Amino acid sequence: MGDLSAAHGQPVVQPDVQAAGPADEWEGIEKSEEFTTLVRARWRFVAPATVFFLVYYFLLPILNGTATTFMRTEVIGHVNVAYLFALSQFVVAWLLAWFYIRRANTVFDPLAARVIELARRMKGGSR
Amino acid sequence: MNVTLVLFLIVIAITLGITGWAARRSGTTVQFWAAGRGIKGWQNGLAIAGDYMSAASFLGIAGLIAFNGYDGFMYSVGWLVAYLLVLFLIAEPMRNTGKYTMADTLAYRMRAIPVRSAAAVATVAISAAYMMAQMVGAGSLVKILIPTLDSTLKPYFQWTVFGIHLDPSITLVGILMMVYVIVGGMVATTWVQIVKAVLLMTGAIGLTLLVLIHFGFNLGSFFDHVYAVKDAKTHLPFTSPGILYPYGKTTVWGIDKALLENISLGMALILGTAGLPHILMRFFTVPNARAARGSVGWAMALIGSFYVMTTFLGFGAATLVGKAHICAKVDASNKCLSALNNNLSMPRLASALGNEFFGSFGGELLLAFIAAVAFATILAVVAGLTLAASSAFSHDFYVNVIRSGHEVSEREQVRVARITAALVGVLAIVLASGTGATTNAAALVAGLAFVIASAASLPAILFTLFWKRFNTYGAVAALLGGTIATIWLYAIGPGFSTTPPTNPAFPLANVGIVAIPFGFLCAIVFTWVGELFGADRLAEKRFHEIDVRAYTGLGAEPAAPTI
Repeated sequence: MGDLSAAHGQPVVQPDVQAAGPADEWEGIEKSEEFTTLVRARWRFVAPATVFFLVYYFLLPILNGTATTFMRTEVIGHVNVAYLFALSQFVVAWLLAWFYIRRANTVFDPLAARVIELARRMKGGSR
Repeated sequence: MNVTLVLFLIVIAITLGITGWAARRSGTTVQFWAAGRGIKGWQNGLAIAGDYMSAASFLGIAGLIAFNGYDGFMYSVGWLVAYLLVLFLIAEPMRNTGKYTMADTLAYRMRAIPVRSAAAVATVAISAAYMMAQMVGAGSLVKILIPTLDSTLKPYFQWTVFGIHLDPSITLVGILMMVYVIVGGMVATTWVQIVKAVLLMTGAIGLTLLVLIHFGFNLGSFFDHVYAVKDAKTHLPFTSPGILYPYGKTTVWGIDKALLENISLGMALILGTAGLPHILMRFFTVPNARAARGSVGWAMALIGSFYVMTTFLGFGAATLVGKAHICAKVDASNKCLSALNNNLSMPRLASALGNEFFGSFGGELLLAFIAAVAFATILAVVAGLTLAASSAFSHDFYVNVIRSGHEVSEREQVRVARITAALVGVLAIVLASGTGATTNAAALVAGLAFVIASAASLPAILFTLFWKRFNTYGAVAALLGGTIATIWLYAIGPGFSTTPPTNPAFPLANVGIVAIPFGFLCAIVFTWVGELFGADRLAEKRFHEIDVRAYTGLGAEPAAPTI
């Protein structure tokens, strides 16, 4: 493990990779119901969440530049919309991260475990 | 020698002592580059935060806010939101498919020699740009602590390197850092980052509290004072956007230039993090994908809290010190005797708050503490960057390309890594001197590293993981095209000088809006070109493997059995 020379050049086949089988077996796993379920479950969360945070984030500089009067409107004292919008980005980022981590731990990981189980069965129960 | 300097030197000696002590606990390559993959999630989170909260964040953002008000805060927002991309798409697949470097993941599908060489170029370019920002920050710190250094050493710095006059402070600091990193080794980087992250948070929380105490915990009054600070050119209050890039002045391609600058900046900020080699490396130090995910969560909590505090620190410096008094040398009546330098906002704020609450000795003490924390920050980040750059060169290029197929001893690898570290360091010193050390914010310079990362590394990584047709042609084109385009656009553009050229060939200081799409376009177009030649069937065949591995962690590098 500590010997770097094992990692030279072309990717070295590691013991665990052998356990899962050659390339056509990878393709077999890729086409399995277990794997497609995992991939679909992940993207069902990740795709809309990514689109949402990108849109929400770029709204800030775009509004700052185009809706200058609105963004400089003061809400509480001299605290303006632009500052509150920027602060809300922190809240949104934290919430999305929290939702993702919770979903990954409770939903994606068990689905991935099913795929790993399948890979072991395909290998004939070794390991 | 004044009290500040003595205290500063003591703190530096202690941190270096810890580094030296920890560095001796070195071992095999997996420990050297990936800490045995036994770092716990929260520890790695702290280390990521430590790697990330560099001089650019600690000195740079606070300085930008102190000088430009609200607009500086955009950096804080972007650099936190960036972690969502890392969390959703990068951290876990990287952990599942990689070994030591980003190029390991690429080389799984692509032909190793061209892709590793190109990845090494991009990594070294990113590291050098990022390190340049750290040197600018460190040079500024030395200027405030030893104001006479520059003028004393000036006679010895009359010569030029590639037409660039070296800055004495930056050169001295740069050489010092290179020596520590090269001699001391880099095994302890993770722990140095953790210690540093704790120190940094302590410093930031302490200063924020003092700012709040000054305003009697009355946020309304705080913002009244911030509002009262007006920008000299635009006459806008500091709470308002539009000072750093004034809106409605000029148009570029028919669109408001300031708007384009801000969007362009935003693109680099939120996409770049996912391609930074020294952040990506961090995900190889944890035992599995779940820990990688958790570590991003921890990092986001820490980095986010820190960035919220940047408003208090930056606005605090704007109100309590004032832009006109932020420079390396002030006289008894607090008047500036040298050029304004926004990297010094935090140290000046610390000194002012210390004076106010603990008397003049307190002021010196607090200044020394903040300066030492900032210096330790820079030292730790430079160590992390050196690690990334030297691993890219030594592991990706030297071992896997130049000496491909030969046995390379660990001793030889470490020697190559050290030489690389020295070369990257020299490059950073020259570049940092060239951009002008005293007047530019470290955050602006760090922005360049983020553009290269998003234009070169990000398309290569994303397409390798998620695009079946992607091939070696596309990967190499993205890595080289993105890097070259960014540097070229930056070179012909206005750059980050405080007195920009009047009519640059490229109108924007933030080149991301052109460079990033260009990098992605290179990846796509050259993948098609590669398909025309029909040369890279392997990449498509191997996709099945990387696809399964990225999602499931099957066959991922295991943790060393020492957890």
